[in-house]
Amino acid sequence: MPMIFFIEPGGARREVEAPLGITLMEVARQHAINGVVAQCGGACACATCHVYIDPTHLAKLPPPEDMEQGMLETAWNPQPNSRLSCQIHITPALAGLEVTVPAQQR
Amino acid sequence: MSLIAEEPELPYQRPPLSKKYLAGEMAPDRLLFRHQSFYDEHRVELHLGVKAVRLDATAHQVTLSDGRQLTYDGLLLCLGATARRLTCPGAELAGVHYLRGLADVEPIRTGFKPKARIVIVGGGYIGLETAATSIHMGCEATVLEMADRVMNRVVAPVTSDYFAREHRAHGVEILCDTRVVRLEGEGRVERVVCADGSSRAADVVLAGVGAIAATALASDAGLACDNGIVVDEFCRTSDPSIFAAGDCTNHPSLRYARRVRLESVDNAFEQGKTAALNLLGRQVVHDRVPWFWSDQFDNKLLIVGLAEGHDRQVLRGTPESRSFSVCYLKGRELLAVEAINHSKDYMAARKLIAERAPLNPDKLADPLIALKEAV
Repeated sequence: MPMIFFIEPGGARREVEAPLGITLMEVARQHAINGVVAQCGGACACATCHVYIDPTHLAKLPPPEDMEQGMLETAWNPQPNSRLSCQIHITPALAGLEVTVPAQQR
Repeated sequence: MSLIAEEPELPYQRPPLSKKYLAGEMAPDRLLFRHQSFYDEHRVELHLGVKAVRLDATAHQVTLSDGRQLTYDGLLLCLGATARRLTCPGAELAGVHYLRGLADVEPIRTGFKPKARIVIVGGGYIGLETAATSIHMGCEATVLEMADRVMNRVVAPVTSDYFAREHRAHGVEILCDTRVVRLEGEGRVERVVCADGSSRAADVVLAGVGAIAATALASDAGLACDNGIVVDEFCRTSDPSIFAAGDCTNHPSLRYARRVRLESVDNAFEQGKTAALNLLGRQVVHDRVPWFWSDQFDNKLLIVGLAEGHDRQVLRGTPESRSFSVCYLKGRELLAVEAINHSKDYMAARKLIAERAPLNPDKLADPLIALKEAV
């Protein structure tokens, strides 16, 4: 299982094991990471699982589809490295991934 | 803190029950909000698989179905809603299902065998999502809708037409203006008979004909109820030490200046959080612009706001492009938007509706102008 790091709002750093085959949002929820709300449960319908992906890993991810892109544009404080964590599937390539959780979801 | 729930499972998400989970494409533990360790760590005492059968608001006591009694300082009622039942003759036959909780899924899934004939009563969210899932699983599906179009209570005619076309293109038979009068079969449902005398053979019947707020515990205890447990903007019931949240409440919407009862994931989350804070002595107002979504085949319907009271509908884009939205205006004020495969309009609308920003209807009708720029 790849290890990944969450930086919660306020700066706390959490290191967790991420099971392959589930999404980054589900990993966050399993570990009760602060600030990842994920109301819609991964349907790409709410934009409350918005996170920032570290630049090294950002390039390794498949780019966002139109629905996700449209959600991100009006998410709270979107950045070029913004993603919806429900749309990111855990693969071995994500070992060492650093995910920063925004101070708020909207 | 004690959490009492009639269902035996740890708290879980319901939306996938009509979609991926029904299709067997999602493991049960992926439905859970939190694992057991979370509740242990936060010292939440779980009383699962037992029902709260009586509430004594004077003695501050809840009686459970296993006879135990719990005493409270503060109480939060999150009782949800239950599926409205069919009342026609034959409704009690085996093979007639409702989809509301995890336990409902397994028997439905077992019946969804390839080539099985599924008759769905009600062309709302549950009915249409389940129809789409059944087709995906290789079944034959018929949807019987009483009104003249599907999802008539929640979307515009253009959106109803779009989704009906999508379903038909995938092989779903959709019959509107069709009222079910009787279910027939020897012990098990075999046929659904409609008011015009026509009938459909059925291996499985699934009824998605609405939900009713679960208020019995509250009303028996003397709390004010009226299509839901009546609460104020602080989620407080008519008893000051009892709060309520979610589908079971009738609550004020300040944004829309009326009382509402919502069947919405967002409302359940946010009203729950606000109620918890107020239970702990804060004074936080619950006032959200509600939103809803539905997945049917590869289409995503996103709805934000409440359209009731609008005097104008503006269509942005065309259904032919498979990505469009319908804006509901009252004067220049945006009340609600339904967006079909169009997350940009949906997200922009969430903000504009909450801010009550006056819009320019001419700009709004031009899909090349971003919704957020149509001011």
